[in-house]
Amino acid sequence: MSQSPLIQGTQLSLCLRDKLILSQVDIKVAKGEIVTLVGPNGAGKSCLIKLLLRLMLPTKGKVSSWPKLKIGYMPQKLQIDATLPLSVAHFLNLTSGPISVPMALAEVGVASLANRAMQALSGGELQRVLLARALRRAPDLLVLDEPAQGVDLMGQNELYDLIARIRAKQACGILMVSHDLNLVMAGTDTVVCLNQHVCCSGHPETVVHHPQFKALFHHAVPNLAVYKHEHDHSHSVTGPPIQLDKDETAT
Amino acid sequence: MTGVMVWPDFIGRAVLAGTGLAWVAGPLGAFVVWQRMAYFGDTLAHASLLGITLSLAFEVHLSVGVVGVALTIAILLVYWQRQATLASDTLLGILSHTGLALGLITLSLIRKPSTDVLGYLYGDVLAVSNEDILWIYGGGSVALLLLLLIWRPLLSLTVHADLAAVEGVPVHRIRLLYVAILAFLVAIAVKIVGVLLVTSMLIIPAAAARRIAQAPGQLAVMASLLGMLAVWGGLIFSYYWDVPTGPAMVCGMALLFVLTTLLGKKVKY
Repeated sequence: MSQSPLIQGTQLSLCLRDKLILSQVDIKVAKGEIVTLVGPNGAGKSCLIKLLLRLMLPTKGKVSSWPKLKIGYMPQKLQIDATLPLSVAHFLNLTSGPISVPMALAEVGVASLANRAMQALSGGELQRVLLARALRRAPDLLVLDEPAQGVDLMGQNELYDLIARIRAKQACGILMVSHDLNLVMAGTDTVVCLNQHVCCSGHPETVVHHPQFKALFHHAVPNLAVYKHEHDHSHSVTGPPIQLDKDETAT
Repeated sequence: MTGVMVWPDFIGRAVLAGTGLAWVAGPLGAFVVWQRMAYFGDTLAHASLLGITLSLAFEVHLSVGVVGVALTIAILLVYWQRQATLASDTLLGILSHTGLALGLITLSLIRKPSTDVLGYLYGDVLAVSNEDILWIYGGGSVALLLLLLIWRPLLSLTVHADLAAVEGVPVHRIRLLYVAILAFLVAIAVKIVGVLLVTSMLIIPAAAARRIAQAPGQLAVMASLLGMLAVWGGLIFSYYWDVPTGPAMVCGMALLFVLTTLLGKKVKY
């Protein structure tokens, strides 16, 4: 095991059509670490993700990663044309990896959906299926772009619990973009607050007291406190709690 | 004088040409529909009129000119769309109609006595030569084989291009290859159904197959079958009722689309 981070962006700047999107951003994710990217709309979060995934080239700076780093990516949205008949199992089969389709689906708790059409999934189901596809490759790094969008509050809690459990089990690094500050903070090791540049970053407890963070988020979250709850149980997709073993607990 | 029951040679060639075309158009058209590229196909088709007239002007083989122009436009579009400041459909509209207009102007300038504009706009399957059939089957087999080879990565990028890229699919190269195959198909189809109706060959059978197919591969094969049925129906209709063949084929496809739509409601998944 190497000591170097799984992936690291150094002094990343991005200009698109003369507009500055990102300026001198430093970010890294280590093995087993959960890094959460927060920031207002238009802060450049998705662009930063694209730079790290090498889907775009930075104007300045560089991205380095482990050689042969396997990345599992969960995109922000998925729109499949209604004329494409695609089952969940077929969707997962568009990639290949050591984890079988039934195993990946079971891992995220939607084993029963294998034969459902992709277009017939609810918001929460779709997010889990996307996560299952990312897991198929047994990734070293999971990149999740707003994993809980389109999911109701109850489902969001479950989803973040699931992500925490995956991290504990697979020992992979996780980089995610999120708006759900209250829910996300407790399960995160490092928060990076982005608004074109990195305003502040560090452990959630310290970041929430940072003046720039407060300035950015006091409208959205008037009484921001780190919401910490004991992960002594989990939930199935339908809701009822399941007791976890002690060593599986996330926090 | 042969009897009514015996079909002349040109009908035999038309059946062969139309059948071959339908088989290639089915799977390619499925991707056109899935990627919402109907207008893209239209642009290729309209611009290929320019290809036809340029080949006439410079006296090169028709297929060479059409494939050349369609391929150029296709590659230009793929690069352009990557960094476009204009909406994609606006860009396509500009290219599509400029191509058509330039084609019509060139056509009037060369003033060859034998040129028949309507023939190119609506196609003439009954004028298909043996050489054309060779183009359709030779080129068509290569096109289908290539499509089969890139099937999975192409489907993956159709579903989500960024996700496919992260998973190691060479998105740009696969997309270029697909567009090149498409340009080639449009070029051979123009002669048969004409500039104005080429896109229908790609879109309508695939759309008709949607209601009765459960998987992507199944849809592609069904699109081919439905396209073939429509081609045959159109030929028969046009032969006995003396109507233009290309439009008759397209109407046949539309009819099949209506039928599967009505039928498909019962199969609902």
